[in-house]
This record gives sequence, structure tokens and C-alpha cells, in this order.
Amino acid sequence: MLHDAALVAAKDLRIERRSHVTTHQVAPFAVLVLVLFAFALDPDRGVLDRAAPGLFWTAVVFSAVLAVQRSVAVESADRAGDALRLAGLEPAGVFLGKAAAVAAQLLVLEVLLAAGIAVLYGTTLRSPFVLFAAAILATIGLAAAGTAYAAVVGGLGARDTLLPLLLLPVVAPVLLGATRAWEASLDGVPGEALPWLELLAAFAVLYVALGIAGYGVLQEES
Amino acid sequence: MRSNRVLGALALITLTGTFALGLGLPATEEQQTYARFVAIHPPLAWTAYLAFGVTAAASALYLWPRTRRARWDAVAEASAELGVLFTALTLVTGSLWGRPTWGVWWTWDARLTTTALMLVIYLGYLAQRGVVDAGPARAKRSAVVALLSVVVVPVNHMAVEWWRTLHQGRSFVSLDPGGQLDGDFVAAMFLGLVAMTLTYAWLLVLRTQVAEATGRSDAAALEEALAARRREAVST
Repeated sequence: MLHDAALVAAKDLRIERRSHVTTHQVAPFAVLVLVLFAFALDPDRGVLDRAAPGLFWTAVVFSAVLAVQRSVAVESADRAGDALRLAGLEPAGVFLGKAAAVAAQLLVLEVLLAAGIAVLYGTTLRSPFVLFAAAILATIGLAAAGTAYAAVVGGLGARDTLLPLLLLPVVAPVLLGATRAWEASLDGVPGEALPWLELLAAFAVLYVALGIAGYGVLQEES
Repeated sequence: MRSNRVLGALALITLTGTFALGLGLPATEEQQTYARFVAIHPPLAWTAYLAFGVTAAASALYLWPRTRRARWDAVAEASAELGVLFTALTLVTGSLWGRPTWGVWWTWDARLTTTALMLVIYLGYLAQRGVVDAGPARAKRSAVVALLSVVVVPVNHMAVEWWRTLHQGRSFVSLDPGGQLDGDFVAAMFLGLVAMTLTYAWLLVLRTQVAEATGRSDAAALEEALAARRREAVST
């Protein structure tokens, strides 16, 4: 299963490296969202700095929707998904591989966005260990839930509009947990982040398990 | 058919009783006449959860190979539609009650937020059903989505509950005023519970029958079209 996962993840990341969609489209979009928040909120009154964790994670969640859509598009072009099924890979391995590829791209985006809030909003990034732990756990949860729902909408015509409707209410706990954990760290009280890290970990474990268990059924039907 | 008519009649009688009893409730000191919402609001919320529970159970029965019947898929869909209806009514009646009692239409209370998220989750479930034609593929996919959704609701609830308690302290202990109310109010709420559950069951049977009839009619139309093409092919 892990071997299959590594193969699929390497394949997806190779496609991304060659097509530059993440670096040339999703990453600029994420930074653009940060700029749009500055237009929407008053940048001079410290609102942006106070709201930075929430804005950061909102940008990440929107970018995650794009990354997941991209991950589905890769399989539906030229019916590549059928080839993947015929290749005899374990469905759980395919799920883990695709989720890992999405997670890797999201982590790169998060580094970029963290630099973005530091520069554009003047946020001081305190307690990096807690920030990092929250980011890792939240990213695993987002990638796992995203990949599971991507399989749900994979073969459908209206998948681009359906995916955000299905996925965003599901990842609400990630947005809540990651934002509160980052808030606690940035406010200099990293101890308060602990329950939120637990929530993020529970969410990640739950969706990785659900994805491993359910991906086979969904792959059959897409 | 006949048993469902009896169910419908019972639903109508108990609903009428609920409204009669509910509107006859005395005004309380704290909430005035708005306390009467207790006759319909908690029963609506209960029925919404019941409906989504039935959707999950029917979906599980569909996914289990031994119990796989097209009927379970129809029940899951019908119950999800009713669940969305009852959830929307819960939010509307809660909002109508909240405005005069709390002074706001909406507050970020854990229960309200979870209910709103639940509504969106099941709207998504119905939306993904709506984009493809009926068939085993849709039924299977929908069953998986329904089971995922039923996991999401408690996870969301826990997260939102923490959000409101850890972060700002609980704003409102309970949306249901039932705890401090006397016998008449409890009786009205209990009758409401029976009435809403009967109404739900009646509509569920009707909606499932409509879904099955639609399925049969679609299949017949397809057969007819195939036969017509076949006749054309033979005659040319």
C-alpha cells in the first residue's frame, strides 16, 4: 500500500513540477487572496495583524480547494483515472498517494503564505514549533478530506462547483482548530494551542482512515 | 397505500392538536408569548436529526451487499430532503424566537452553528444527487456521501462547541426553554414531537413512493424508446 502511495504521489508531483500549475497559478492566487483581505479590511488599524491567523487559514482552505480540483483534473484528462485503476494499484495506496501530493503542495503554499502575512500584515511569527505542528496536522486533514471528496465528485459533470459545496463545511473544524492554534501561538500563549492540536490530529486521523476505507468504493463508481 | 393514509390522518390530527395546545399556552414572565415556540421548535429539531439518522441507516443498508435494494436509496434521498426541510424550519423558528428573546436573529452559539453547517452539508448531499441520473452508481456514491456526512456532523459539533466555550465562554446555555417550564409546556412539546415524527413518517413514505414510481416510469420510457429504435432498424 505504501509503495503504491509513493508511486502515485511521485507521479502527481512530477506532473505538477512539469505543468507549473501550483507554482504559476495556485500560489499567486493564494497571495492574491491575502492582498484582497487587505483591501476588504482596513490595513492601518492593526485589523489585519489581529485577524492574520484566520485570514491565513482561509486563504489556505481556498487554495486547498483549487489544489484538490487540480488533483481530480489530472486523473480525468485523457481518462488517466481509468489507466490508474487498470494498473492494479491498491485503492488505499492511490488515496494516500494523491493526498500526500496535495499535502506537499499545500505545505509549500503555507510557507509562502506565512511569509506573506509576515511581510504584508506585519505579523510576528512566534512559537514556530506550535505553528509548524498545527500546519502539518491541518494540512494532513485538509488533504485527506479533500482527496476523499474529490473521489466523490470525480466523474461528475458539475464537479468544479460541487466540490467546494461538499468540502468546505466538512473542513470547518480544520479552519477553526488551525486558526485558534495559530492565534494562541502568535499571542504568545502556545499552551492554549494544545486542545486545538488534538482536534486537528483527531480530524486528520479520522479522514485518513475514512479515505483508506472508502476510496475503493468511490473509485469503482467514478 | 391505505396504511399511509391512516398515518397521514394521524399526522394531521396531532399537528392540529399541537397548534391548538401550543397557541393556548399562557405567556411566561420571561419570554412572554414567544415561549409557545416550545411546541414546535424542539420537535422540528428532533425530526431533522431523526431524518438524517434514517438517511445514514438506509445508506448503510444499501452499501451492505446482502441488504442492497434500490428502495433503500430512495428512502435515503427522501429522508435527506425532509431532513433539509425540517432543519431549515428549525433555524427559521429558532430565529423568530431568538429575535424577541435574545434581541438578535442569529448568534454564534454552538448549536446554531452546527445546525447551519448540517443544513449546508445535506444540501451538498442533495446537490451531488441532482447532477447525475439515477442508477446504481449514483446510489452507491450517495450512500458513501451520506455516511461521510453523518460522521461530519458530530465532528463539527465538537469543534464548534470548543470554539464557543474555550474562546469566549458560552453565550447561551440552552436554546430550549423546556427545562424551566411546567406541565402544559412539556405536554405541548411532547405532542409536537409525536406530530412532527408522524408527519415526517407520512411524507417519507409518500416521497419514497414517488421516487420509486419515477424510477419505474424512467425505466419504462427507456424500454419503449429502445423498442421503437429496434422497430425502426427492422423496418429499414
